[in-house]
Amino acid sequence: MDTCKTQNGFVGEAKEMNIVIVGHVDHGKSTVIGRLLADTGSLPEGKFDMVRELCRRNAKPFEYAFLLDALKDERAQGITIDTARCFFKSAKRKYIIIDAPGHIEFLKNMITGASRADAALLVIDANEGIKENSRRHGYMLSMLGIKQVAVLINKLDLIPEREREEKYKNIAAEYGKFLEQINLKPVCYIPISAFEGINIAETSEKLDWYNGPTVLEALDNFVEVLPAEDLPLRMWVQDVYKFTQQNDDRRIIAGTVSSGKLSAGDEVVFLPSGKKTTVKSIEGFREEPKTAVSAGYAAGFCMTEQIYVKRGELISIIGEESPLTGNKIKASVFWLGKEALSQDKKYKIKIGSAQVGCRLVEVEAALNAATLQNIQQSFVARHEVARCVFHLDRPLAFDLAGRFEDTVRFVIVDGYEIAGGGIITDTADDSRLNENLVRRDIKWIKSSIEVEEREKYYGQKSLMIILTGPKDTDKKNTARALEKFLIQKGKIAYYLGIGNLLYGVDADIKSVDSMNIVQERQEHIRRLGEVANLMLDAGNILIVTASELSGDELDTLRQIITTDNILTVWLGPTDNRIRDFEMYFDDTGEGTQEDLLLRIEEKLAQTED
Amino acid sequence: MTHLEHLENKSIHILREAYNRFDNLCMLWSIGKDSTVMLSLARKAFYGHVPFPLVHIDTHHKIPQMVEYRDNLAKEWHLDMVYGENAFALEEKQTFPDGNATRLECCKLLKTEALRNTLSGEWPRYRLDHKSGTYKRDTNTQPYTGVIVGIRSDEEGSRSKERYFSPRDKNNDWDVGDQPPEFWGQYKTDFEPGTHIRIHPLLDWTELDVWEHIRKENVPVVPLYFNHGDGKRYRSLGCAPCTSPVDSDARTVDEIIEELKTGKFSNIAERSGREQDKEDGGGLEELRKDGYM
Repeated sequence: MDTCKTQNGFVGEAKEMNIVIVGHVDHGKSTVIGRLLADTGSLPEGKFDMVRELCRRNAKPFEYAFLLDALKDERAQGITIDTARCFFKSAKRKYIIIDAPGHIEFLKNMITGASRADAALLVIDANEGIKENSRRHGYMLSMLGIKQVAVLINKLDLIPEREREEKYKNIAAEYGKFLEQINLKPVCYIPISAFEGINIAETSEKLDWYNGPTVLEALDNFVEVLPAEDLPLRMWVQDVYKFTQQNDDRRIIAGTVSSGKLSAGDEVVFLPSGKKTTVKSIEGFREEPKTAVSAGYAAGFCMTEQIYVKRGELISIIGEESPLTGNKIKASVFWLGKEALSQDKKYKIKIGSAQVGCRLVEVEAALNAATLQNIQQSFVARHEVARCVFHLDRPLAFDLAGRFEDTVRFVIVDGYEIAGGGIITDTADDSRLNENLVRRDIKWIKSSIEVEEREKYYGQKSLMIILTGPKDTDKKNTARALEKFLIQKGKIAYYLGIGNLLYGVDADIKSVDSMNIVQERQEHIRRLGEVANLMLDAGNILIVTASELSGDELDTLRQIITTDNILTVWLGPTDNRIRDFEMYFDDTGEGTQEDLLLRIEEKLAQTED
Repeated sequence: MTHLEHLENKSIHILREAYNRFDNLCMLWSIGKDSTVMLSLARKAFYGHVPFPLVHIDTHHKIPQMVEYRDNLAKEWHLDMVYGENAFALEEKQTFPDGNATRLECCKLLKTEALRNTLSGEWPRYRLDHKSGTYKRDTNTQPYTGVIVGIRSDEEGSRSKERYFSPRDKNNDWDVGDQPPEFWGQYKTDFEPGTHIRIHPLLDWTELDVWEHIRKENVPVVPLYFNHGDGKRYRSLGCAPCTSPVDSDARTVDEIIEELKTGKFSNIAERSGREQDKEDGGGLEELRKDGYM
């Protein structure tokens, strides 16, 4: 059987528009589409008669919805399980209608369909009224960022004539109130009967109290969603190409421009690394040479200075508004996974081309998306929405919800599966620290010796080994032994204790009990990080000791230090609260110092590979 | 940005994403217009290079000009060309043209089976040696974990439900009832060992878009798509015994685009010349669940 396609017959260049149709199961989505196709003459020849004949033979009343049943699975179950696409055209333009399933089981398919759309039609059965998925789908449209929505109040043919207007008004008012709470304002509420074809393509005297647009008119009134050229530049590094084997020596930074415009000569910064360069040329293949590319283009450029950058960094123009960086984010999330989003499990966040391990640390508020009822719990169950705080394994660049899209929206991967989505609403970091770091990295005076060159010369990669644990464990002694052990192996190693800083670098802020006063301690840690960063930049293996470093403090250090080579070791007894370290060693137990040194050496060998 | 540019850039983004995320990536090249457009897009995405092998499943019943065209283009564009086949079924003559299989069985054997075993590396792959210009048995027998396929959602029912990144299980099967969510340009790039991902960069393209790209980029296509004076041309290419041409006067790309725009074919499925679709009860769904393109 053929699908409902007629797009080949379209004449003209107007851009087509993707429309998703959503709503509670059985509220008549497929009938609306069937009618749209039939009433605009968009059905393949003979299809209408064929379905009608099929119904007659099976003694079933004809339904417009049957026109859409493209897949056998769905015919068997009688419900839409996955998004199907149908094509039709109005006098104004071509449309792709994405039919999203209304059953809660298939919410992930509804989201898949809706995220491809420029605008949405949301169908509510006037007879049944507003149901669970009428609200949940409204909520999801709002989260997905679909701003143009028309609400269709369907099946008015089932309502006695004198009650129709009141019914329509009541539903519109009630649903409007719900949408207001989630910041969604529909463009119109249209009373329809898809069954009788009223207000789909044509108006009818039967609903003469309604003067608004028909569904077809509402569709034609939607405006095309354009790429965000007017915003500051955002471009994720998708890949770095060098096809040397094919005699091509260009080193091309490839990525799609998310917003703004990139031109040859622009001075750009890569975040979170803070590396900067100037755009030498915009690259192309078999096309007129370009000097600039704007939002929407899958682009590539060469740099004036060959710096080492990786996928997952975010490019912005120096002088334009900068993205934020950090490793703690607050976000609105929706969860689709069969297993709840919990604090006991590691997940992965994918934003733009970046991906990073993360942990849920707090659920500020969980909501039932259908009732907007608050749920008191520390996890997010399937089909719920929530405001959460996440800690990321390393800093990322991002923007806050508002104008940007690709740098704000992320997905959460559980195991192998995308299990949820989120929008970054705030940073939970000390934002001053972020700003300082970005400035530091931009102003950093770069050596003419490349990192790789220095590594080759020293025969080692710079590495920071952090030894921490309860106050009474002998960290200093262990650090000294480790320093000696590494030097004897021919490594360039140095032991830096926080005590080395307190009375010198930290003299201006040192008070009697500095390390126990939260704010002072934070600044001590920050300075330790900055000093360590210098020594790591010089190529050292650095051993640092400090008592009882918390997960947050480790995050601060990871953020300050530009290398990813950090080994954290917890010395002493552990309990459930202590879980942020790469290595644990209890020297009060059976282990000897030698065991620890060998384990560290083993780790070291792994990082050298 | 025109509609065509929008489609091209989105497809290039998807191709680049696939290239970055999969270590053992290949692109299926059927020699038809769609996968040839995909090849043209890959050259744009990677600045003139195609950094992964192109795999052709050779049923040995293809219309002869197709294989000739394949090898010429592979040499001209320096493509890493690989083909696979169902040697056993061909040897035993278990085919429709030999009268020993129905059309659908023949498709399953020569295409679906051959594809499954070529992708997994269980059956021999033959790779073009550019020095000698001949095919030699490929030493790489690693399974491909990412397979780029040029299907379009408007072709037929089951393809309209595809994801851009679509998982296939250990048996190559497609679970259409339980597909991963896909939104905000984030795709499924994590997968269990033994499974693979099909990547569909052309999902949003129509037949007209394909021809408009061919015109814009001057992409060489098999001459069978054009009328050579007999008033017939092929709209969709496949095996000779199961593919028939349509009535058409279009001799050039321009004329094909004009023909499509008049709406002449608007009510006739593009694959109506492909007999296997009809035998599959419509929609190709049975074949596709088993791993057919």
